[in-house]
Amino acid sequence: MKEDYVVCRCEEITLQEIKSAIKQGAITLDEIKKYTRAGMGLCQGRICSTIIIEILKEHGYLPQYSAPPHSRIPVRPVKIWEYIGEDQDV
Amino acid sequence: MRKVNLVVVGAGPAGLSASIEAAKHGVKALVLDENHKPGGQLFKQIHKFFGSEQQMAGTRGYEIGTKLLNLAKEYGVEIKLNNRVIGIDDHNTLAIIDNHKYSEIRAKKIILCCGATEKPLAFPGWTLPGVMGAGAAQTLVNIHRVVPGEKIIMVGSGNVGLIVTYHLLQAGVKVKAIIDASHKITGYGVHAAKIKRAGIPIILRYTVNRAMGTNQVEKVELIQVDKSFNKIPCTQISFDVDTICLAVGLSPSTELARMIGCKLYYHPKLGGYIPMVNQYMQTTIEDIYAAGDMTGIEEASIAMEEGRLAGLACAISLGYISDNAQSQKALENIRSNLSQLRMGNGKGGIING
Repeated sequence: MKEDYVVCRCEEITLQEIKSAIKQGAITLDEIKKYTRAGMGLCQGRICSTIIIEILKEHGYLPQYSAPPHSRIPVRPVKIWEYIGEDQDV
Repeated sequence: MRKVNLVVVGAGPAGLSASIEAAKHGVKALVLDENHKPGGQLFKQIHKFFGSEQQMAGTRGYEIGTKLLNLAKEYGVEIKLNNRVIGIDDHNTLAIIDNHKYSEIRAKKIILCCGATEKPLAFPGWTLPGVMGAGAAQTLVNIHRVVPGEKIIMVGSGNVGLIVTYHLLQAGVKVKAIIDASHKITGYGVHAAKIKRAGIPIILRYTVNRAMGTNQVEKVELIQVDKSFNKIPCTQISFDVDTICLAVGLSPSTELARMIGCKLYYHPKLGGYIPMVNQYMQTTIEDIYAAGDMTGIEEASIAMEEGRLAGLACAISLGYISDNAQSQKALENIRSNLSQLRMGNGKGGIING
């Protein structure tokens, strides 16, 4: 059995899923995010992007020749009631 | 919408120094921080800092924090806590969750001092409870006065790994060993000597092979690596531990810089992708400046000087001081402090402090 473990904890994407995405041609952090959802969860890739950069390196795709992932609002987890300004017991 | 001249994002050493410097010259600075206390990581640093006396070396981190907060108060810096900046647009509008309520603030100049996040290390079992960042362990013992576990292994022999190990020892935790995949200790010799005197082995050329346990970490298995960091078969050793602390570097928090379109580049020694800044700490977007760990992982003393540089540059560009030989000299002085602090290390020779 191939070694496997969770890489993106927010979206529960495993090492083998990332590797298979790379095999399919997803070779940047953004492409892997779109293909697998890794980095699309609550932390927005703050944790797993470091690990994915390392996996990409092992496959010969160096971060120097790539781009950092896009970042979109909100960069921190926000509750909907905070966003729309509804009162709620905190 | 509230409009201000200067917003500083982050109330750590860089952000506080930036706002103080700007406020000294009359700029009304507003500092936003997502935490409920200011100071960034300073208040968990119970050890003395290095450097020259001018940069507050020999002072303990939390004392530096107190000094900066007093100065900020003296110069009338406004610090808003529990303010999460969640976005930024190209009109310099910041989207904020201010104590659970959405609001927007527009600023003429923005200094991003967003700091950094701990890097993880992935191995089978790394998601078990008991695997944590060394910074998290440090927060637990030094801020919350709770020990993270009873038997710990520290991964990484950089300054963070060495210092946090020492803090854990002071808190009465048994540290089984410090390990590092590198062939030499990467932190300062003076910190490593303290650890060795305490009888803690520092095991080099080893990495974590896996963590084992049913509901939490019970055992860690290490494996030797060669010079290219490839695992060498049949070299496993294991320790009974309940906590694995990861001190494998920090990653600059560049979300806001990326969102507004600042150019970034990859610098492995400085922690990864970082925004390009010029000699005023100005990013490739005119009104956006950046300072501190966000522009590359270095020491708190360097973050403070970078913050001062950005704060002063903003005061000049906002017209609070005239752009003349005198103000250029002041900028040059800060730059020379920076190069002194970096002496012998080059930009980014140090993991962290």
